[in-house]
Amino acid sequence: MGNYMVLLGRTFRKPENAKMYYRAFIRDLELLGLNSLGIVAVISVFVGAVVTIQTAFNLDDPLIPDYYIAIATRESIILEFSPTIISLILAGKVGSNIASTLGSMRVSEQIDALEVMGVNSASYLIGPKIAALIFFNPILIILSMGLGLVGGYLASLGGVMSIEDYTYGLTVDFDAYHITYAVIKTFVFAFLITSISAYFGYYVRGGAIEVGVNATKAVVSSSVAIIVSNYMLTQILLV
Amino acid sequence: MIEVRDIHKSFGEHEVLKGIDATFYKGKTNLIIGQSGSGKTVFLKSLVGLHDIDSGDIDYDGSSLGKLGRKERKKLRTEMGMVFQGNALFDSITIEENVTFALSMFSGMAESERRDRAQFCLERVNLPDVGKKFPAELSGGMQKRVAIARAISMNPKYLFCDEPNSGLDPKTAIVIDKLLQEITEEFGMTTVINTHDMNSVIEIGDHIIFIKNGKKAWQGTGEEILNTDSPEIVDFVYSSELFKRIRK
Ligand SMILES: Nc1ncnc2c1ncn2[C@@H]1O[C@H](COP(=O)(O)OP(=O)(O)OP(=O)(O)O)[C@@H](O)[C@H]1O
Ligand SMILES: [Mg+2]
Repeated sequence: MGNYMVLLGRTFRKPENAKMYYRAFIRDLELLGLNSLGIVAVISVFVGAVVTIQTAFNLDDPLIPDYYIAIATRESIILEFSPTIISLILAGKVGSNIASTLGSMRVSEQIDALEVMGVNSASYLIGPKIAALIFFNPILIILSMGLGLVGGYLASLGGVMSIEDYTYGLTVDFDAYHITYAVIKTFVFAFLITSISAYFGYYVRGGAIEVGVNATKAVVSSSVAIIVSNYMLTQILLV
Repeated sequence: MIEVRDIHKSFGEHEVLKGIDATFYKGKTNLIIGQSGSGKTVFLKSLVGLHDIDSGDIDYDGSSLGKLGRKERKKLRTEMGMVFQGNALFDSITIEENVTFALSMFSGMAESERRDRAQFCLERVNLPDVGKKFPAELSGGMQKRVAIARAISMNPKYLFCDEPNSGLDPKTAIVIDKLLQEITEEFGMTTVINTHDMNSVIEIGDHIIFIKNGKKAWQGTGEEILNTDSPEIVDFVYSSELFKRIRK
């Protein structure tokens, strides 16, 4: 924990050269953000459809109007599925990437080489990654919400309920604050994923085996951090 | 000039450097020799501050490394070049970008100027045509030479090389040795080279420190090393059949 804070302290220092950092930011945006679009899209559409079908199954009661299914689907996707579950998936994908990249730079002395040049390696290697994820994950999450709802729409087309009920239900009692809540969570999760994975990568000692071990630790720790902070944020923001 | 006074460095219980004093002179190729595992790499990394020493003092032309603030240390580092034993090239960028990395970060030079500088450095290590390639596309010896080109790109005041010619054929090894000696004299650098190559010792050994069991066991020049009667040196230098015969 102490080392984690020290690393964060070193990460948030003034860049030596804004242009070089910006280039690293763009590269990380592509590597860690854009490259996740596909998987996020596929998962969101399918889970959206499944959530709709399951909700319909559970609310199969003549006293409950069908459009309630759409409301319930919408709320589960916006409040929980998109921000939390997608962030967990990204913790696996992006977290292991960050930890193993930094880890192999550590064991092959590339980090030492940066330091000897006078570059603040923590700031140059980690700062742009944190910025890229904090910038791009909210976009991914909002996209995931949209596609999740599209998944529900497709499920309705498949005969779960009428399209009219579904589209009507999506608009009933809509509270925009729920999206704000989800985006705030996403910011926090993005920061946790990047900084925790970077920590495990940056401080690898040894060789290839340790890089692998630490990449796993990075994913496990950032997932746990997401789950725990999810609980705390929900307490603070929704209750 | 770099002056080292009584430095100690341990990893846990294992004391690797047991109090070493040494002086490395400007415009000279200073060599550190010793058996594998004797602590040459640890010593070099301690010199540049990659390892924090437990005690002792390292003095760069009057400023003590341990007493420098963060900014001053950073400034000192922009005056250093280092070749790592395992090259440590940045594998996600091209050779040219590797060589110009420090320039891009610190110099504010225009891109075309930087490219010229990269080309110049690569030509000096006899690799004029690899700028657009990635490190993984080069052989080990070529990577080593790129690492040297990168280390000299900023015209460093202090140059550190950890076995710069290991993995090279004898001919290229001598070319690299000569290059290091030449630029050291030309730019008045303080150059410190780890090696266990006896050719280098004789060719470019202006000033040699022999490390054994974490201590300095001998110092002198390439000329002197051939004529000394110090048993440790004789044991180290004349370990091969070839050299034994030459001695006779
Ligand atoms: N980071 C470290 N942690 C613990 N022990 C280390 C570390 N680095 C080096 N050592 C130990 O210090 C000793 C000296 O290692 P060093 O790498 O300096 O040897 P060397 O003289 O450079 O050898 P070679 O010629 O093979 O490169 C070895 O016993 C090594 O195990
Ligand atoms: Mg070594």
